Amino acid sequence: MNKKVELVCPAGSFPALRQAVDNGADTVYMGFRDATNARNFPGLNFDERAARQGIDYAHSRGSKVLLALNTYPQPHNWSLWTQAVDKAAEIGVDALILADTGLMRYASNMYPDLRLHLSVQGSATSGDAINFYREQFNIQRVVLPRVLSLSQVKRVINDTDVEVEVFAFGSLCVMVEGRCYLSSYVTGESPNTCGACSPAKAVRWEETPAGRNVHLGDVLIDRYGENESAGYPVICKGRFLVNDKLDYAIEEPTSLSVLDILPQLVESGISAIKVEGRQRSPAYVGQVTKVLRQALDAAESNPAGYTPRNDWVAQLDKVAEGSTHTLGALDRQWQ
Amino acid sequence: MKLSLGPILYFWPREQVFDFYRQVADWPVDTVYLGEVVCSKRNALKLDDWLQIAEELEAAGKEVVLSTLALVEAESELKRMRRIAENGRFMVEANDMAAVNAVAGKVPFVAGPHLNAYNHETLTLLHELGAKRWVMPVELSQETLQQIMTVSSDELETEVFGFGRVPLAFSARCFIARAEGLPKDNCQLRCMDYSDGMLLKSQDEKQFLAMNGVQTQSATSASLLGEVSQLREMGVEMLRLSPQSQDMDKVVGLFAEALDDIKTNGERDEFLAALAMGELSNGFWHGKAGMARVEN
Repeated sequence: MNKKVELVCPAGSFPALRQAVDNGADTVYMGFRDATNARNFPGLNFDERAARQGIDYAHSRGSKVLLALNTYPQPHNWSLWTQAVDKAAEIGVDALILADTGLMRYASNMYPDLRLHLSVQGSATSGDAINFYREQFNIQRVVLPRVLSLSQVKRVINDTDVEVEVFAFGSLCVMVEGRCYLSSYVTGESPNTCGACSPAKAVRWEETPAGRNVHLGDVLIDRYGENESAGYPVICKGRFLVNDKLDYAIEEPTSLSVLDILPQLVESGISAIKVEGRQRSPAYVGQVTKVLRQALDAAESNPAGYTPRNDWVAQLDKVAEGSTHTLGALDRQWQ
Repeated sequence: MKLSLGPILYFWPREQVFDFYRQVADWPVDTVYLGEVVCSKRNALKLDDWLQIAEELEAAGKEVVLSTLALVEAESELKRMRRIAENGRFMVEANDMAAVNAVAGKVPFVAGPHLNAYNHETLTLLHELGAKRWVMPVELSQETLQQIMTVSSDELETEVFGFGRVPLAFSARCFIARAEGLPKDNCQLRCMDYSDGMLLKSQDEKQFLAMNGVQTQSATSASLLGEVSQLREMGVEMLRLSPQSQDMDKVVGLFAEALDDIKTNGERDEFLAALAMGELSNGFWHGKAGMARVEN
């Protein structure tokens, strides 16, 4: 019998953390209020006091807390990241989610007993790559990039002793996480360097006779007609011309959802499923956590009899980007 | 400072590849990177073919390095990567941590541009594991590189991406297959029709990106031609020129001239602009949006 699969939920604020814990998250993950994490948006994340408060709240209710330090420090700001590691160790997080190899070296040298997870931003897509981090830094878990099919996920699980966590729901990166410079090509800031994809200060809306234009930096990302609802402008979900045809050339606005294959994922031997969305509201976190708690319990207790309930699908689609979902790379057809 | 020729990032017909490297033998580049970095389905050349080209280039006096696939997903891709790592003859450019794992502590290697080396701590580790050279991630700036080089070991050579459409992202999805309405599993290798990538334009008809199968590149060609003397003063050991299908001999010639003269001039920039795919950019180097062009 497999160990129970952990449900890992996002906390961009204390109210969101409370929603996650109260609705059945086994674990929540958060970031500090700076560029040390990949959701560095104004008004989001935790200062030290709020982080301590969040850890108390979660621990007293039996949930664990992970801290994401999943961006890439450079020499001029290196100490901000090492201080974040120090602070995290001091306030008693249950594990660090790290991407940068150098920072991992620092953390494993300074705090050999502190549990390390390799972030999705670390882009480890094979047992060989994951085992490198295991041998170097004794990582305990890896979050897999959203580029592998289900059979490839199974292969990775077979090839390593490191626990495997996969994304279950939320906004979908089409590009391999941690190796995408689209945002910095257009704005000068990327998730790797600044913790921000498509930073708000580079977004500009413009009403024109042809429609409502949205620019990121100097690039027209999309143009919306009168009755079209507009999403947040990220490059990979804009409409562009390819061979004179206008289309979502990279990906439609959509969310990842693994509801359809949850029993197969559980069966494959994954250790945890993760919900994306530290930038989303506490209501989103509460809603998604509640649905996935029910679904995961059902998939574990009766895998053969499992079908995704219509109300689960409806509730998730309601909060999904583009109000629709996909299995992403887990399904070969998507690729 | 030396010049290197990066791996061909596009899918060119077999004969074109052989023909290209026959010419490269006479070009003023010191190092040549060989192999398929983008998509494992492009197997017009097998490892033995690459090794044959490598032998010929080495005989012509070039240092040859075999590059590994950047995004490894399938078991077959892992096996191919391991065979490259264990070739026992030529140095390897490791483009993901699985490849680093395969060469670490065994043979000297190049830490490729697709590893995320953003600081001296990461480089110290890679150097300890046997990295002889590292290629800076394309989004880093001159200022950051200067800081990294100040504290990194002098024994670790630094290489910078100096010319060509910039590799910006990788995906599980093939964007050319998608545009052609084909599933990736039956892509029919349509990328063969786009020898410098498939252009993606914004709705106001401006060139924006070049889709190269599972890789996304810039539509602009990055150029550090005007920064050659600065790079040399900083102590950068190698400048990488990324192949395009036309006029690559002339591009290499312009960079070689710039190295000889130490100082570049506006005329040379104009020549390059006429040869390059898309407009020229150098924003990343100057700490700005990568697509920007900063005049020197």
